[in-house]
Amino acid sequence: MSHILRIENLHVSVNDKPILRGVNLVIKFGETHALMGPNGSGKSTLGLAISGHPNYQITEGSIWLDDANLTEMEADERSRAGIFMAFQRPVAIPGVKMADFLRHAATNVRHPDRKEGQDLIPMREFRKELKSRMEQLKMDPEFARRYVNDGFSGGEMKRAEILTMAMLSPKFSILDETDSGLDADAVRLASASIAEIGRDKMGLLIITHHDKLLEHNPPQFTHVMLGGRIVETGGAELARELHDHGYDRIRKAYPDADAANQQMLAKEESLAV
Amino acid sequence: MSTTTIDKLDSAETFGQQAFERLLLKRIDPTWLTAKRKEAWEIFQALDWPNPRDENWMRSDIRGLKLSKFAPNLDESVEISQAAPVRLLEGVEVSASVRSINGVVVGESLNPTLAAKGVVVGSLSRCARDHSATVEKYLHSLICPKSDRFAALQTAMWSDGFFVYVPRNVRLELPIHLHASMGDGQVDLSHTLIVLEQGAEATVLFESSSPDTASHGFHCGGVELIQHGNSHLRYVSLQDWGKGCWQFAHQRASVGRDSQLQWTVAAMGSRFAQVDQRVELVEPGARSQVNGVMFTQDRQHLVYNTLQHHIAPHCISDFLYKSVLQDSSRTVWRGMIKVSQGAQKTDGYQRNDNLLLSDTARADSIPGLEINADDVRCTHGSTSGRVDEELIFYAQSRGFTRSEAIRMIVTGFFQQIFDRITIQSVREALGAAIARQVRQYE
Repeated sequence: MSHILRIENLHVSVNDKPILRGVNLVIKFGETHALMGPNGSGKSTLGLAISGHPNYQITEGSIWLDDANLTEMEADERSRAGIFMAFQRPVAIPGVKMADFLRHAATNVRHPDRKEGQDLIPMREFRKELKSRMEQLKMDPEFARRYVNDGFSGGEMKRAEILTMAMLSPKFSILDETDSGLDADAVRLASASIAEIGRDKMGLLIITHHDKLLEHNPPQFTHVMLGGRIVETGGAELARELHDHGYDRIRKAYPDADAANQQMLAKEESLAV
Repeated sequence: MSTTTIDKLDSAETFGQQAFERLLLKRIDPTWLTAKRKEAWEIFQALDWPNPRDENWMRSDIRGLKLSKFAPNLDESVEISQAAPVRLLEGVEVSASVRSINGVVVGESLNPTLAAKGVVVGSLSRCARDHSATVEKYLHSLICPKSDRFAALQTAMWSDGFFVYVPRNVRLELPIHLHASMGDGQVDLSHTLIVLEQGAEATVLFESSSPDTASHGFHCGGVELIQHGNSHLRYVSLQDWGKGCWQFAHQRASVGRDSQLQWTVAAMGSRFAQVDQRVELVEPGARSQVNGVMFTQDRQHLVYNTLQHHIAPHCISDFLYKSVLQDSSRTVWRGMIKVSQGAQKTDGYQRNDNLLLSDTARADSIPGLEINADDVRCTHGSTSGRVDEELIFYAQSRGFTRSEAIRMIVTGFFQQIFDRITIQSVREALGAAIARQVRQYE
């Protein structure tokens, strides 16, 4: 399989405030890319814009999956085209069981032309598949009967996202800090799960502050984002450098981007207040 | 609110003195019943139509009701050309069933083994003659004709309805099915009376429906559930009248010592409905759970006034009402927990959650407490809100279309109620009824 996710000169605004200012990125199927950068640099925004969140307005540039222009698609069409994002803080859907949610999701993603009301994957077949996936991820079978993210701990939420990724087998996955808020054991488990499910089987864009996730999933490319742009790209050694020494060198090397980043952070804080 | 012209609601000739006298002539009632009707008729004549300034009616708009368009049905052999749908029988084996058309029973059946044990299920008019003493003891014992003019009208002019009597220590394994149907433009003045003696157990599935969703009609009805000690009743009521129907109902339960009542209400139909629902916990150890589901559309307007009345100590009441509203529909839920003096160790809970699917829908939620004892635990709460766009995006990012996402969120919203309903066929029937109602959303 050869698929390419191509992001060209992407500008994105939220509430008319520019966040991304010209992002270029190409990910090939089977590659692992790390996306790093200080708070407020626009990492999550890039993920949400690729996923099609309606609040993230693309003002310039485009996103391509092979020959398909994702920018013109709704979020569900992008998902059916093969885009997946594991969210940092997935929302709860009370009253909807994980198993029912995933069955409907998997049916739609596997049969992109399915019309509303048409048959779902047969229950028995789906349960069997879900059960074996959950065993592979060392998850309690009870999990499938719980309501989607309802009352989940931080670790449970992240594992539910990984399970969803496994069931949907997308062409490209964006993992937004899937290691944050987890203890050391949970990070190890999540990292190993991502490696098992994702490596070589999809293109991965891993957003992270830490290096644990990258130990299990060594990136071929590391991108550094600052002030809404990718300012530097390197290999695995760049991720290590940033983890060990922080962003001081980057900030000094790109003073304009750093100024933009500070400005966005200040705005974010003033909004939060 | 400009609900001012209810008193212009004509005392139509169709519901006038002559109509009442004709009804008395036509009926074969025991003398006690005729006396009771006459007494209620006098109250009906003395009362005014509900005052829009009355707390129970200030959020009700019945200006569009033209009573003169309707007439009480005095005919014993009615038929409607088109059958009204039955929803609660899918895959269910029953021990008895009764069905009515335009408020008059047209068919009844009861398992003979149960009849031999003394169980009575059938037409209320017939049972008022055949089991006169029992019916006299309980009929309109919980509903006072002075409650409002509709209660008086129904007590005076009720046409027929359903009677269920389960004797001491008799437990019905299979449910009883009751079906009230009403033709387009017709009237249903039925009454439901259910009596469980000490130690009795029963499940009753009641549903009302019209031949099609656009049907008009006028329903003015009553429900009385009477439970003696250690009895267990599951009562399910699916209201699916046509969307042109007017519904007025007083519904009451009296729960005795260590008895359990589970009352599930699903209100889907009617143009306007005003339901006054009360559960009285009359002896220690009584427990009641009420599950309410409302799903409204177009210009539907459903008003539920509920009261959980703790008369005896050590009782539990648990009311959960959930509504989903679309288009320009409106629901009103006014819930009250009342604890009488001496009803210590009361455990009362009420909750009402509303999910609005359009900008023009409106849900009023008014919980209330009136407590006259000092050692009680009463909690209440309500929420109203739009579907969260973040939930829709999350589902879309997993391949759901927007309208599939909304359907799923609505189903999930009701799931908390479905989780409390132990009868699978009822869960499925309600799930299907809800699925039929959800519109396609853009």
